[in-house]
Amino acid sequence: MMRPPFSWIRPEPWGIRIEPAGCWIDPARPVDRALITHGHADHARGGHAQTIATPETLAIMALRYGTGAGAVPVEYGEELTLARGVTARFIPAGHVLGSAQILLEHAGERVIVTGDYKRCPDPTCAPFEVAPCDLLITEATFGLPVFIHPPVEDEIAKLLAARDAHPGRCVLVGAYALGKAQRVIAQLRLAGYAEPIWLHGAMERMCRLYEDFGIELGPLRLVAEAGKADDLRDQIVICPPSALNDRWNRRLPDPVTAMASGWMRVRQRARQRNVELPLIISDHADWNELTRTIEQIDPRESWITHGREEALLRWHQLHQRRARALAMVGYEDEDD
Amino acid sequence: MERFAALLDALVYTRSRNAKLELIADYLRQTPDPDRGWALAALTGSLDFPAVKSSTIRALLQDRIDPVLWTLSRDYVGDTAETASLLWPEPDGARADPPGVSEVVEHLRRMTRSTAPAELAALLDRLDASGRYALLKLATGGMRIGISARLAKTAFAQAFAVPLDEVEEYWHGLEPPYAPLFDWAAHGQPPPDTENLPLFRPFMLAHPLEGATIDVTAYVAEWKWDGIRVQTVHAAGETRVFSRSGDDISHSFPEIAEALRIPAVLDGELLVRGSHQGGEEGGAASFNALQQRLGRKLVSRKMLEQAPAFVRLYDVLILEGEDLRPLPWSERRILLERLIERLPASHFDLSQMLPADSFEQLAAIRATARDDSIEGLMLKRRDSPYVAGRRTGLWYKWKRDPLLVDCVLMYAQRGSGKRSSFYSDYTFGCWDGDPDQGAELLPVGKAYSGFTDEELKWLDRHVRTHTVNRFGPVRETDKSLVFEVAFDSIHPSKRHKSGLAMRFPRIHRIRKDKPAYEADRIESLKALIRD
Repeated sequence: MMRPPFSWIRPEPWGIRIEPAGCWIDPARPVDRALITHGHADHARGGHAQTIATPETLAIMALRYGTGAGAVPVEYGEELTLARGVTARFIPAGHVLGSAQILLEHAGERVIVTGDYKRCPDPTCAPFEVAPCDLLITEATFGLPVFIHPPVEDEIAKLLAARDAHPGRCVLVGAYALGKAQRVIAQLRLAGYAEPIWLHGAMERMCRLYEDFGIELGPLRLVAEAGKADDLRDQIVICPPSALNDRWNRRLPDPVTAMASGWMRVRQRARQRNVELPLIISDHADWNELTRTIEQIDPRESWITHGREEALLRWHQLHQRRARALAMVGYEDEDD
Repeated sequence: MERFAALLDALVYTRSRNAKLELIADYLRQTPDPDRGWALAALTGSLDFPAVKSSTIRALLQDRIDPVLWTLSRDYVGDTAETASLLWPEPDGARADPPGVSEVVEHLRRMTRSTAPAELAALLDRLDASGRYALLKLATGGMRIGISARLAKTAFAQAFAVPLDEVEEYWHGLEPPYAPLFDWAAHGQPPPDTENLPLFRPFMLAHPLEGATIDVTAYVAEWKWDGIRVQTVHAAGETRVFSRSGDDISHSFPEIAEALRIPAVLDGELLVRGSHQGGEEGGAASFNALQQRLGRKLVSRKMLEQAPAFVRLYDVLILEGEDLRPLPWSERRILLERLIERLPASHFDLSQMLPADSFEQLAAIRATARDDSIEGLMLKRRDSPYVAGRRTGLWYKWKRDPLLVDCVLMYAQRGSGKRSSFYSDYTFGCWDGDPDQGAELLPVGKAYSGFTDEELKWLDRHVRTHTVNRFGPVRETDKSLVFEVAFDSIHPSKRHKSGLAMRFPRIHRIRKDKPAYEADRIESLKALIRD
């Protein structure tokens, strides 16, 4: 009897299970053996007996959850045998430092779990690699045709222009502590901005970690170390999105509040977050990147893990491609 | 157009009222005529281009993008103009020069239903995403960016350092792009002549009393009748009836327009004869009866006989050329009482004062409002002039307490504007019998207010995690959540399966503690009907 295709991959609401190897990808609850695509908290949870990930991702997890026993580092491209006849390979996903797609092979079928990914260049992580597969298990965070991320250089120019336009104030940028913050800093440096960039305390350790992995971020200072508010005038300050409208920012000199996120493409989303200066900077693929990637990889079938899956399903239908939506829970990217 | 687009964007992202005023004032000072006049008209919602509707834009986009993808995008973004501005395909090659505001308005005015799609497309091709958003907002009216007409006029007054009251006064006699208004405010010309025209004057409005008390010797109390507030104006041989928003509704109420022959501006409540409100003595039918007459272009003789309208007068603003608004209320009242003798009793009567010796006595009078089907009380300072808008401490409204029932959340839909992407519109129902005996829930109303932003986030999550079915943009929930719903009154209605329609329903409390089977039944809601 013919085995139905991909029956060795079992999608559950709390993670993707690789049946013959008894392990999970990005599970939302503690398991014996977990393969982790990247260090964001909604994908990388603590408490697994064994955690298989890139060295960067493991370092990020160690920073967040303490050094876990059972960490198994895997370099990009290295082939790993999970069980007899099941191999895994981590391929750069271009999302954040250490982020990977996971390529699984079993019984002549190749399956890629993209995790979160993007296609545009990012000076803080290895670029996405296109690898062929039969089944593509993809994210769809920005899976609506309204989400087109403009060139990051344009958005950085908007940030620098806002700083110049408001002398005596500071620009406060809300950005994810892992990935987005470092990318904004690195892009500012590429744009020639050499002054110290001020950090919310929650950003510090992650920035140091990036630097330890060889990503240069230039002079960084902590807001807590600023002598008085005047030191922060005309400066750029970076904080986690949750601190944007928090009491914390009262110490800042009349900040212009900015947020670096793909959601900023929609005006009302920016308004909902009280943002004056929306910066459309995302670490996820936009609509064009999502659809172009599927066309390039050209899988026999796509499964969509999370995001705006309805529109991406419709796109598959319009292009005579097979697809199904997995109702995955717990992956939230409200802040990206 | 780029300047106007940049202004709209900046306004969207600005919270502080003062900062918004400054942005608009700057724009008005720095932009040449007539662009700034058209922009002001757009901000105050005074433009109407009948050839362009929301459906025109939808059709235009559905020619260029899959309808399903369009609908999903529109549903997520929560705004047709914005969705279209984001989805519009960039033209191949370099864009032609963007059009100016006046040029856009010229085009929009000339468009017909049949030429609109092609002409609009040509304009869209010349603009970037922000410009497209501004164009589509301009074309369809309603900006929905949190700028009231009042705020825009305040900015105008601020831009040219002229009194706001005068701006309001001249405003209603003018058409966009308001050349005489700019000539006066920006170029030092004499003000436009309004005295001898049948124009709308801005209403004086009341604040809710909200638990405060007042000194009954300083304030006079009147019933807050349940009709619609109207201004009846006679000048230069013409009579007009204006609604609260300044819309001319004379054609719907010809008998009122014919009844005033004295040059005057009168403030009152439009009602239909009956005995529903306050019994025989009250003399007014229910709001429902009045509703039959609203929005009609032609009024039949039968309608005039069956539902005769009259105005219950509250105030007199201008009488035979004399502006009475600076006078204290008590003096205007004396003049109004003298005037009523000269008006036909068939179409005008006087709102009676309700004497009370103490605040407690006033509260006791208010407590009878529900039985009398009256909305509540109005409290007016005896020495207050008649001023446009809501001025603290002068007029208060003290509505009767709302009715409360427990209902079960049944369906939810996403909101628009600042609630876009949140499930913020809730349909709720009550049991048509004993839930233990297999009774069903029937929808009784819909509400999208009454909760805090925090509660909205919680409700949004509840809807997403308790969805059992989807019908397009509507999610059906598992009917486990109870709302305490407050509403002003309830009426029989053929439109709903439950046979009921609520007025002003809002979510009063979220009853996470209450099981759904303990929610109210249809029969207990029917018992609250007073029609």
